[in-house]
Amino acid sequence: MKKAIYLRIALILSTVLLAIVFFLPNTPFFSNMPDWWKKNMPHKGIVLGLDLRGGSHLIFEVDIKRARQITVERIAMHLQSLLEKKGMKPIIKTENEQIYIQPVNEDIKKIVRDNYPDLSITEQAEKVVCKLPESSFKRIEATSVEQAIEVIRNRIDQLGVAEPVIHRQGENEIVVQLPGVKDPKKALEIIGKTAQLEFKLLDEETTLWKELPSLIKAGEEETFLNQWKNKLAETDEIVFQKIVNKETGEVYKRPYIVKKETLLTGDLLAEAHVSIDQRFNEPYVSLRFNDAGAKIFEDITSKYVKHRLAIILDGNLYSAPVIQERIEGGNAQITGSFSMEEAKDLAIVLRAGALPAPVKLIQNVTVGPTLGKDSIEAGKMAVIIAAVFVSLFMIFYYRLSGVIADFALILNIILLIGALAALNATLTLPGIAGIALAVGMAVDSNVLMFERIREELRLGKTPKAAIESGYKKAFWTIFDSHVTTLITAAVLFHFGSGPIKGFAVTLSLGVAINLFTALIGTKTVFDFIYIGKEHKSLSI
Amino acid sequence: MIQLLGKTNINFLGKKYYALGLSFIMIILGFFAIFQIHAGNANLGVDFAGGLSLQIRFSQPVTLSEVRSILDKAQIKDADIQELPTEKKILIKLKKQQEGAQDSIEKALKEGLSNKEPVVESITEIGPKIGERTKKDALLAILSATAGILIYIAVRFRFHFSIGATVATFHDVMAVLGIFYILGKEINLIFISALLTIAGYSLTDTVVVFDRIRENLGKVAKGTMTLESLMNKSINEVLSRTIVTSLTTLMAAIALFFFGGEVLHDFALAMILGIIIGTYSSIFVASPVVLLLGKKSLIKR
Repeated sequence: MKKAIYLRIALILSTVLLAIVFFLPNTPFFSNMPDWWKKNMPHKGIVLGLDLRGGSHLIFEVDIKRARQITVERIAMHLQSLLEKKGMKPIIKTENEQIYIQPVNEDIKKIVRDNYPDLSITEQAEKVVCKLPESSFKRIEATSVEQAIEVIRNRIDQLGVAEPVIHRQGENEIVVQLPGVKDPKKALEIIGKTAQLEFKLLDEETTLWKELPSLIKAGEEETFLNQWKNKLAETDEIVFQKIVNKETGEVYKRPYIVKKETLLTGDLLAEAHVSIDQRFNEPYVSLRFNDAGAKIFEDITSKYVKHRLAIILDGNLYSAPVIQERIEGGNAQITGSFSMEEAKDLAIVLRAGALPAPVKLIQNVTVGPTLGKDSIEAGKMAVIIAAVFVSLFMIFYYRLSGVIADFALILNIILLIGALAALNATLTLPGIAGIALAVGMAVDSNVLMFERIREELRLGKTPKAAIESGYKKAFWTIFDSHVTTLITAAVLFHFGSGPIKGFAVTLSLGVAINLFTALIGTKTVFDFIYIGKEHKSLSI
Repeated sequence: MIQLLGKTNINFLGKKYYALGLSFIMIILGFFAIFQIHAGNANLGVDFAGGLSLQIRFSQPVTLSEVRSILDKAQIKDADIQELPTEKKILIKLKKQQEGAQDSIEKALKEGLSNKEPVVESITEIGPKIGERTKKDALLAILSATAGILIYIAVRFRFHFSIGATVATFHDVMAVLGIFYILGKEINLIFISALLTIAGYSLTDTVVVFDRIRENLGKVAKGTMTLESLMNKSINEVLSRTIVTSLTTLMAAIALFFFGGEVLHDFALAMILGIIIGTYSSIFVASPVVLLLGKKSLIKR
């Protein structure tokens, strides 16, 4: 029997030791540990959640519908140029994710089939109708989400956020966690920008320019577009340039008529960085295309000398310079009235590449660093005060036995923190609440046992016998009452998001560890005191 | 030996009809709250309703009316402004996700209250899709937690007890929900986790009482004692531990309420209410329900 006690004491001590080893990385002592320790022993500890550390938890939704459209439009554009190279002049339109080609002829069909074997080809009202099968679309959806993740990761790397977490959720959502991000607003802007760079020609031949107002008010774009929709030639569209009155800060939009056809996109960029225009002291973004891009750029600039080329980013026209001469080497510039900051951000998104489809922010939970710090302080305070209250009450109510229960309580807290560290669990603010509640619940088992022991004593049993039967009889009550709490904690873990999961983890670990500390911890102390010698009274 | 209560002999079950009446009102209140939540009349957190919520800290105390007049002037409509336990902080909520709303609120406050140095401490912006999903998840969580507890109690106790425990738990959750609704407190995800925790914890007390009733049922021969007096005896026997266990957890919840910071304030309040109501229901709801169901069948020997 004696031996068994020592065994249990050894068990308790070793769990405490383990807990300390696991928790060490969260303490300042860790930096003083020898190198072999840092290398071979646990070094991660408890991770603080974004609500405590400060940071942003973002969820983006990839516009999959748009991704499908973009793919269809690209195929249509490619077919157009293929057919033109063969000397044909087809009319190609896209609608409802289908490509319509006029006129109907076998040569056209053959070229489509040879280049895009996936496309199903039918005829309808004097048009060739090409349609991608749903399986191809599904593949496109999946890859566009993957690509979007890659692009977002690149952009975040450029922002210099430490330890970002980026992963896919469900079909078309991307979760981005940015711990300790300094300027969440800027991060949001940079991550969410599609950065679809396009080069298009202005339609300088149309007579509509005379009717076009030079400026409209910001916010009136949509009504304006509706008015103009039917006037425009089918191959043309209107894009706007943002004009800011530098004195009043008022924003206006200048409409331009451009040809729909995209001559070159930002996919082929090799480099983008900010430069300063020496004459006007204004920042601009200089671009360099890769070899393939440079070749296309050279072709365009040689073919359209003296024409105006619109540089369009995410549907907004930035500048529309006149092509003076053929440009070799693939260097171009985006000028516009940028601030230095805007130019820098633009260079970042261009460098990191365009998103395959627009993304929409559907959740943003951002906690500032000061609130996080305050929360930790408040949480710590609450846990300590809860522990002190409860311990004092136990000593007051159960005397020496209360001290033993408090010993179990402290053991409980140590093991709980150790277990959280061992699991590298994420501690959140509700998680701290879970610890505080676990403190309150930790002594419940002891209360149940002590009350039972008191009952047994009242029946006239000796202290030793009372302890033995008290433990035995209270066991199932304790077990049942713990299991119900564990069930709810498990449900919370399954359904909850980040902070709530943290609560479920601390609460369930707290309750589980409590079974150990109450049934092994306090029992060992009782046995140590009361075994062997027969005490006449029990301080309870 | 210090005892909160000596040997008691209170006729708890004698008051069962008053208790059940009161509890019935509580449950109705809870249903009313659910109805109002459904109708959109409750103070729903943005995590369920979708929208934007900004927590703003000032260097000096501000009043809701001065913030409201500034937002009105900036033509920010439908903003719901709430106080937080610390007077230097406020919460501004917008029901719909509007582009640029955050910027215009920030700008208006920085201009209107520049002497009080407003700082945005936290931003929660939830799209309608996420809000709907969270609602569904919360509902599923409540249902599966209830089912899990029900099954466990049914396995460990006899059928009548499992009904009694379930009714008591349901009562606690509904009562806290109803009180929160009446107080105008925000119903959000943290509150739902508080409700689930209450559901798990309120069973602790019920289990303690049921355990004793079950134990005594085994000891009493048929005809010597009515079920009602056996239950009264059992409740009295475990009364002090029922109260002491609740008291210690209540202490922890009170510590959270006063010292845990504004984010946990309402969570702690829900826990305090839940612990008190849970203790009440383990005595006045759970056992009476078992009594009404099993008067004839429980004492067999």
